[in-house]
Amino acid sequence: MSVISRGFGGRGSGSDPRVPPGQYVTDDFPVLSAGPTQYVDTEDWRFDITDIDGSRTTLTWERLMALPSEEFTVDIHCVTKWSKLGTTWRGVPVSSLLDGLGTEAEYALVHCYGGYSTNIPLEDLLDGKAWIVFEYDGGELDPVHGGPARLLVPHLYLWKSAKWVNGIELRLDEQLGFWESLGYHEYGDPWLEQRYIGD
Amino acid sequence: MSGSLRRGALRWLRARLEASRTETTSARTLRLTVPGWSGHEAGQHVDVKLTAEDGYSAQRSYSIASAADGDGLELTVQAVDRGEVSPYLVEVMQPGDELELRGPIGGWFTWSAKLSGPILLVGGGSGIVPLMAMLRQRIRAGSASPFHLVYSARSPDHVFYQDELQDIGRRSRGVTIDKIFTRSGSLGDERSPGRLRAEDLPAASGEISPATGPTASDAAGRTRVYVCGPTAFVERATQLLIERGHPADVIRTERFGPTGG
Ligand SMILES: Cc1cc2nc3c(=O)[nH]c(=O)nc-3n(C[C@H](O)[C@H](O)[C@H](O)COP(=O)(O)OP(=O)(O)OC[C@H]3O[C@@H](n4cnc5c(N)ncnc54)[C@H](O)[C@@H]3O)c2cc1C
Repeated sequence: MSVISRGFGGRGSGSDPRVPPGQYVTDDFPVLSAGPTQYVDTEDWRFDITDIDGSRTTLTWERLMALPSEEFTVDIHCVTKWSKLGTTWRGVPVSSLLDGLGTEAEYALVHCYGGYSTNIPLEDLLDGKAWIVFEYDGGELDPVHGGPARLLVPHLYLWKSAKWVNGIELRLDEQLGFWESLGYHEYGDPWLEQRYIGD
Repeated sequence: MSGSLRRGALRWLRARLEASRTETTSARTLRLTVPGWSGHEAGQHVDVKLTAEDGYSAQRSYSIASAADGDGLELTVQAVDRGEVSPYLVEVMQPGDELELRGPIGGWFTWSAKLSGPILLVGGGSGIVPLMAMLRQRIRAGSASPFHLVYSARSPDHVFYQDELQDIGRRSRGVTIDKIFTRSGSLGDERSPGRLRAEDLPAASGEISPATGPTASDAAGRTRVYVCGPTAFVERATQLLIERGHPADVIRTERFGPTGG
């Protein structure tokens, strides 16, 4: 059953196969954050990777910059309904941070400056599916959009692409992150429209 | 928070426009009846879905303006130039017409009377909507928590809930309402029109003011701050609030969109 809203035509922009259900395309770059933008100096920036046995590897900005990075172009989808097509980023693949660990973890809880967190199955971070990015559209990543560095996992809704990241906690079990504990979906696949718990 | 305890899917519900109220020349409040509505907390929003005759549909988020009230709820929508959804809601939809919505959504940008302590609300443009729900909920619940609303609008003609705000400001003890205008003000305003400035916002409590010493909420609890509006407004307001001594971790934000407001 669908309810027709009388007199609504919409833009009827046709169906672009790059746009997931319920989304619309924008040229702007809107912002979703639960609190104030964090301003983190790259000199103070640290990124901790904690494995299931508690062992910890800490990355400084210098070490992040020394790792091979790649430029790539992807579509991004925010749970607040906008999608932005063909966005270009530069970053370090998450797999190159984790490959050496030989971890047995199944899940990751990603942590951020400001206390935000988000949960992601580990396999969604590997094999070229996720990056720690520090450039957008050829320039430094603006703090409003998560600079100096954010996670980018373009195949999931953008709240998973945590801004101002400062660590990955590897886990055997899944612990829900910030929005996931507040009614949002634990996985967040835009193609399945997994916006909220139970979708 | 009830929002965080919910399990099971959020179903799409049929909502019928009962009545509407003009707020400004480009904004109106829609009073909807939503059979099966589960209630909400002040500050939460709904996802609205409009479907055309040909099956095409579009979704957008809208904050709930009203305090919880059975199966009725109010949204206030600002028509955005060349927008797909908002002009329909503001100009086209007639009483008796229907749309679908689901919610309530959002368990973070919420206030309920269970939260004691002083509240600072900072809204820009249509960002007033969820803050109005909080103010209405405070009054409905008979809460005595001190509320201070700083509402930034383009001009006096762009103010939503004009009469109700004036009424609340006059009658409700413990509620302070400050309006600031960015483009043009009223005759006799002390403040010259312009974007939000540091002095438009109260300093954090606990600061020693020479005359009175630490302010009231010092020991009782820090002021919780809710900021809502277009992204540029929220960015500016949060930076100014931090300058005024409000710790980042007491500030909750909701960003509505790229520009405008
Ligand atoms: C959690 C949440 C709560 C919201 N609550 C409200 C509310 O209570 N009242 C309300 O009026 N709106 C609210 N919004 C904004 C609303 O969801 C829509 O973005 C807005 O109505 C525009 O939709 P549209 O389809 O008319 O325009 P679109 O077709 O989406 O956009 C058309 C043009 O307008 C620009 N635009 C998009 N959004 C905005 C905006 N918000 N301000 C100015 N320009 C914009 C776009 O860049 C584009 O150029 C909320 C948004 C969020 C995320």
